[in-house]
Parts: sequence; structure tokens; C-alpha cells
Amino acid sequence: MTEKAGSKAFEDVPKAVSRRNFIKGVITSGVAVSSASYLFRASSLLQGQQSTAGVGERLITLNVNGQQRRVDVMRQETLAWTLRYKLGLTGTKLGCDRAECGSCTVLIDDIPYYSCSVLTHTVRGRKVVTIEGLAAADGTLHPVQQGVIDEQGFQCAFCMPGFIMTTVGYLKTNSNPTRQELAQGISGNLCRCQDYDKILTALMRGAENMRRSNLG
Amino acid sequence: MAVIRDVMPAFELFQPSSVADAQKLLEQHGPDAWVLAGGLDSFDWLKDRIRKPKAVVDLSGIEELRSVRTTGDGIEIGAMTTLTEVVNHPIIKQKYGLLAQAAELVASPQIRNQGTLGGNVSQDTRCWYYRGGWPCYRAGGNICYADTPEGRNREHAILHADRCVAVNPSDSAPALIALDARFVLRTPKGERVVDAEDYFIGPEIDITRLHILQPGDLLTAIRIPSTWAGAQFYFEKIRDRNVWDFPLMNVASAMVTSGDSIERIRIAVNGAAARPLRLKAVEDAVRGKPRNTATGEMAGKLAVQGAVPLQFNAYKIPLMRNLVKRAISGVEEATWAS
Ligand SMILES: Cc1cc2nc3c(=O)[nH]c(=O)nc-3n(C[C@H](O)[C@H](O)[C@H](O)COP(=O)(O)OP(=O)(O)OC[C@H]3O[C@@H](n4cnc5c(N)ncnc54)[C@H](O)[C@@H]3O)c2cc1C
Ligand code: FES
Ligand code: FES
Repeated sequence: MTEKAGSKAFEDVPKAVSRRNFIKGVITSGVAVSSASYLFRASSLLQGQQSTAGVGERLITLNVNGQQRRVDVMRQETLAWTLRYKLGLTGTKLGCDRAECGSCTVLIDDIPYYSCSVLTHTVRGRKVVTIEGLAAADGTLHPVQQGVIDEQGFQCAFCMPGFIMTTVGYLKTNSNPTRQELAQGISGNLCRCQDYDKILTALMRGAENMRRSNLG
Repeated sequence: MAVIRDVMPAFELFQPSSVADAQKLLEQHGPDAWVLAGGLDSFDWLKDRIRKPKAVVDLSGIEELRSVRTTGDGIEIGAMTTLTEVVNHPIIKQKYGLLAQAAELVASPQIRNQGTLGGNVSQDTRCWYYRGGWPCYRAGGNICYADTPEGRNREHAILHADRCVAVNPSDSAPALIALDARFVLRTPKGERVVDAEDYFIGPEIDITRLHILQPGDLLTAIRIPSTWAGAQFYFEKIRDRNVWDFPLMNVASAMVTSGDSIERIRIAVNGAAARPLRLKAVEDAVRGKPRNTATGEMAGKLAVQGAVPLQFNAYKIPLMRNLVKRAISGVEEATWAS
């Protein structure tokens, strides 16, 4: 760690920085910590304890499910990792960690992304929504979630959060899709139990629920 | 097969907000730096610990790299424009639909939301020996594992192989070559503009890279001239699954006809060699000819001249012949021949 490291909290560095500041401030080194120790640090952080030097510059604020969450994030950490292991949002699943299955899909500014393949530090200032963020405050399920329950769309449901997040994102661009269009829209999600037909029926029901709830 | 091994090894992360700042960082860190666009190629290398850059320079905060502008003669697409943005852009759709078609066939919706056009043309090969970290020619070693009697080479090259038999995996590249695009580079010596086909290189020029970028260089934009705006376009991609899979082969053509004869044409294929191939000989041979099955067949045969199959990829020769034929004479007239 150089003397520059602690000079500026990472989240205070605006995106457009002067050259001097960006050399001084944004140059931050990925702190070498073992996975065991950083997990320990993360959990103590969640309990509100102060942590050791180096954390300041990695401590960032993320907008997740409408809340501002302070979290200690390594430079090389993926969003899926932060969500699951730092923020306790384990509804986001890690299937492949390689952008090849879709189970980690979350919305970033309303667009579906594979969170296993996004660096957490690149979503500062953006709006992240996970499966935990869909239901209303009073517990009423999101219309797409309700559609999935109504149709019993999934089997083991490991892939379900990813499918639902992709669908919610897709419906923002096309609220009244044909079955074929929605199939295309969710084609970046795999199910290993593989009843895609049933999944699609459930998500179509979700889309219909959504149109209805928007009317009502 | 990918293995999840907790997180990537540590690196420094830089998030410049201008091309000039990015260049300074690249200069400062030299070969230890890694340019990060959408990350969908990059993260594999980092997660597998095959590449261990000390400094990752994330281009996502550079606004000037992310836009589509109309210019005096055509359009200019910033390198960080996502594939989804390319697919949905009204002018690209309307005038340069070949590129929109190609981009729409890349990978999956989520990958297109994140993957950039600059990254798509700059991505590395998918040869699994190389990506698996085997010390092959391309990785600086002395052997090509794919080109051995037991090598798995169904996806590999049939043309212009030189020690290494890997192919370029990009879907957008042949479309950009057919549209006669120019790639705009920012090098330590200044701006450099090259023809799309000259951006890509084969193993005979540099066996370790698929393109001309040197450490410190950035691809900033891709310019498409209006020369082929609204021409007749053909793009076809052959892959195993309809989502995620890289092209076994693809073909892109832009054609202008007068009456029933081919007035001008540009055509390129990818998945056949280490670089996307512009088929200049085919273009010359079909110019002035009627656009029909006979011309298509002649073009297909010409296209595969000199092709050398490996143990498991001989199918690529008739595949390429037929794709070229279809790109020229149209699908209705085409029939499959082996
Ligand atoms: C599961 C999967 C399936 C895929 N299927 C397909 C497919 O079918 N067809 C297809 O064409 N692609 C496919 N891809 C590739 C994907 O589209 C590319 O990985 C992606 O386009 C690369 O773009 P990126 O923005 O993610 O770049 P990155 O991964 O960030 O970058 C790719 C490479 O280019 C360099 N680079 C990127 N931008 C610049 C720049 N502006 N200047 C200098 N260097 C730069 C990087 O340093 C890196 O070496 C697939 C990828 C995955 C993970
Ligand atoms: S875990 Fe991200 S796509 Fe599979
Ligand atoms: S329901 Fe089991 S993986 Fe999809």
C-alpha cells in the first residue's frame, strides 16, 4: 500500500477527475488479502465495526434494491460476489461464473447483466436490482413472480431468479411480447431441469399480470 | 470447463474518464496493463489466472467512446458502444443493417447488453488449448495442440494456418469488412486509421495476437462510409446452439446490382482462419456476372481454393463453399451440395 492509498476515499472521487487527482486518487491497488480474511472482514463490517487500513479506499456505496449500501469491495470483485457474500443477497445465483448460464442475472439501470461478469466497482452510481428487490414493501410479489407461482413454472428453481430478472428487464423494452419474442428475450438463461416450455408459460403469465397491474 | 475459484487475483483498477487519461495509464504500465471494455473476453483470462495484469484500465467511464455519430460520409461508432446499442440504432438498422444483423447473432442478450463493438473485434481466439493455458505457439510455446493427431480441432482453421490453427471468433468483424469500415486507433504516436481488413492479422505476421493493437494502443472508433449504405446485405452464421455459441463459420456480403448483374460487391467470412477473410478473388470473379446459382457456385468453389482440412473440420470446406454461394445468389436458389 503506498502513501497515496489512504489519501482519498474511493467513493469521493468523481467520475470526471482532474488528471492530478486521477493519478493520485483513482490509482488504488487491489489489496492482497486471502479470501478467508476478507470474508471475515466483510462480515465484521456489516456489523458496523471499524476495519483496518486500506478499507477506506475500497469502501463504496452501492444502490441496491433502492437502498444505499456501504460495502467493502476489492478491485477485482464481481458484482455477483458482492451481492451474495458481502450483502447477503443470495437470491442471485452463481451457476457458471463465466457468462454462460444466466443464473446470476440482475438489473443494472433496468438492463439485464450477468453479475458474475461485472466488476462491482464499475456499478458505482448505478441502480442495481436483484430478485430480493422485486416484491413491494408490504410483501406483495412482483407480477412476474406471481406468474411464476401461479403456473408453478420451475422445478428446482436454481435458475429462477435469473429468469425472472431477465424477464423483468426485457418487459421494460417490450411489455406485450409474443411467446416467440419472450423466448428470444430470455434466451440468455439456462435451466438444467429443462422444462423451458413451462418456464415460458409462467413468464408469459407474469407479463400478462404486469400489463394488468399497470392498467389497474 | 470453467471452474469457479473464488475471486480473481488482485489487480489495480483504473477508471479514467478520457481517452487521453487512459493512454497515459497504458503508457505508465506498459505490458502490465490490461484494457477492459465489456470484460466478457477479459474476465476468462483473469479468472483462469492465465493472464495476470497488474493494472486493469476500465474504459467504461469514457463517454467519448460510447456513441454513434453521423459524419459527413457515413457514421462513426465509438468503440465502447454495446452490441445491443448497435443492434437497436435506427441508422445502423436502416442503412448498415448488415452490422445490426451480425451483432444481433452474437452470444446472448445479456452479453450483447454488455459486450462492446470494440471488444468484439478485439477479442482473442476461443481455441480451448490456448485459452486453457496450454503452452502452445500462440502462448509463446513450440507446439499447436489442436493440430496433432488427437487434437480436437472441429472449430479450427481451414485456410492460412501457419503453425497455429486457431480462428478469429468475431461475428461483427466480417460485417465490418464487407461494409468497408475503417478502424480508428489511438497509439502513443497519434491517431491511426486502418481499413477493417488490415486490423486483423494472421500467425504469419504475429502468432500471439489476432489484431494489430500493440500495448498502449486503443481502438477508439469504427467508421462506416456511406459507400454501401442501403446495399443488399447477406449475413449468415452457423453455430451449434442458437444462443451463446461462437460461429463455426459466418459470411457477410454487401452487394449492389444493376438489372440482374452484380455491379459491386464486398464479401468476407470468419471462422475459417486466424483473421476474418475478405474474399477479394471472389469479388473480382463475380463482378459483372448475373446474380444466379451458377455465379454463386463458381464463387463458392473459388472461395475454398487452397483450403486444407484438419482431422475434424473437413466439413468447413463445403460449409464455406455453400455460405459464399448463398451470400451471392441468395438463399432461395441455393441448394446444399457436399
Ligand atoms: C459465453 C460467450 C459467448 C460468446 N459468443 C460470441 C459469439 O457468438 N460471437 C461473437 O462475435 N462473440 C461472442 N462472444 C464474445 C463477446 O461478444 C466478446 O467477448 C465481447 O464482444 C468482447 O467484448 P467486451 O466489450 O466484453 O470486451 P473485453 O472482454 O473487455 O475485451 C476483449 C479484448 O479486447 C481488448 N479491447 C477491448 N476494447 C478495446 C479497445 N477499445 N481498445 C483496445 N483494446 C480493447 C481487451 O483488452 C481484451 O483483450 C461471446 C462471449 C462469451 C463470454
Ligand atoms: S453465473 Fe453468471 S452467467 Fe452463469
Ligand atoms: S428449474 Fe432447476 S435449473 Fe431451472
